[in-house]
Amino acid sequence: MDGPAILDRLRARFGPRILGTHAHRGDATALVERAAIREVLGHCREEPELAFEVLMDLTAVDYLNLPGAEGRPRFEVVYHLYSLTHRHRVRLKVPVDAADPVVDSAVPLWPIADWFEREVWDMFGIRFAGHPDLRRLLMYEEFGGHPLRKDYPITRRQPLIGPKV
Amino acid sequence: MGVGEFFTTKLDEAIGWARKYSIFQYPFVTACCGMEYMATACSHYDVDRFGAGLPRFSPRQADVLFVVGTISQKMAPVLKRVYDQMTEPKWVVAFGVCTCTGGFYDDYATVMGIDTIIPVDVYIPGCPPRPESVLDGLMKLQEKIAQGRQRY
Repeated sequence: MDGPAILDRLRARFGPRILGTHAHRGDATALVERAAIREVLGHCREEPELAFEVLMDLTAVDYLNLPGAEGRPRFEVVYHLYSLTHRHRVRLKVPVDAADPVVDSAVPLWPIADWFEREVWDMFGIRFAGHPDLRRLLMYEEFGGHPLRKDYPITRRQPLIGPKV
Repeated sequence: MGVGEFFTTKLDEAIGWARKYSIFQYPFVTACCGMEYMATACSHYDVDRFGAGLPRFSPRQADVLFVVGTISQKMAPVLKRVYDQMTEPKWVVAFGVCTCTGGFYDDYATVMGIDTIIPVDVYIPGCPPRPESVLDGLMKLQEKIAQGRQRY
């Protein structure tokens, strides 16, 4: 199934809960409402015509200060799915507000989402409801802050290494 | 100046001479600079001819701490502890730009220069430094060691 056909199926099945779609340069992308993401991911995985067995990537984007992005939610959680049976791909994006950065966890569907979501928590501070063990993955425990947020100051001196001698 | 100062000066110089030609280094190797450290230590650019041919992989047995390679923030307390465990007299060589100033890493997880954690005596820049640079740095360290004065 090609990209636009996948997006048509998702729009037909979920209606207004798909906030938008585009297939810019061949990448089929759907913007999904936060409350519906668990259902949409489940449908993508279970539906035989779609059959997205592989979660290729789960990551996030911070749109703080991006010109033209005022008024949009600050974060977007991005899911890249791939189907081994049909060899097609889709990207799902979930807009997340900075005030309440929580998304349903994809761990019940794909076990690899465990580490992907830990990385997103570590780097962006977005929590995943239902995650079995949400803690930092890349940074050490005593690290303060979420480094890939746009407002993390790059020269910040962490308490583990102490003040400059 | 009395005769006494002459003897203590000569004794200082003798001790400095002995120390500079018997360097027991602790190569605290974490990253790519370790390759150049090994190249310098091996037969082609021999470091044994400077008297520094025996690395001691224990801080208790070493007097020079060669910090070779990037120090991440997670590694910093380990480095500090190793430095604290060394006995006087001790010197520190920052080998490679990552240890001098943070190198090309300008990020949230690297220590931007180990001199923000421990005192450094000689800085050897380079990414990685050529063995000739390392030997130049070693010779400068030897000059510094030779100038050490005892407290009588």
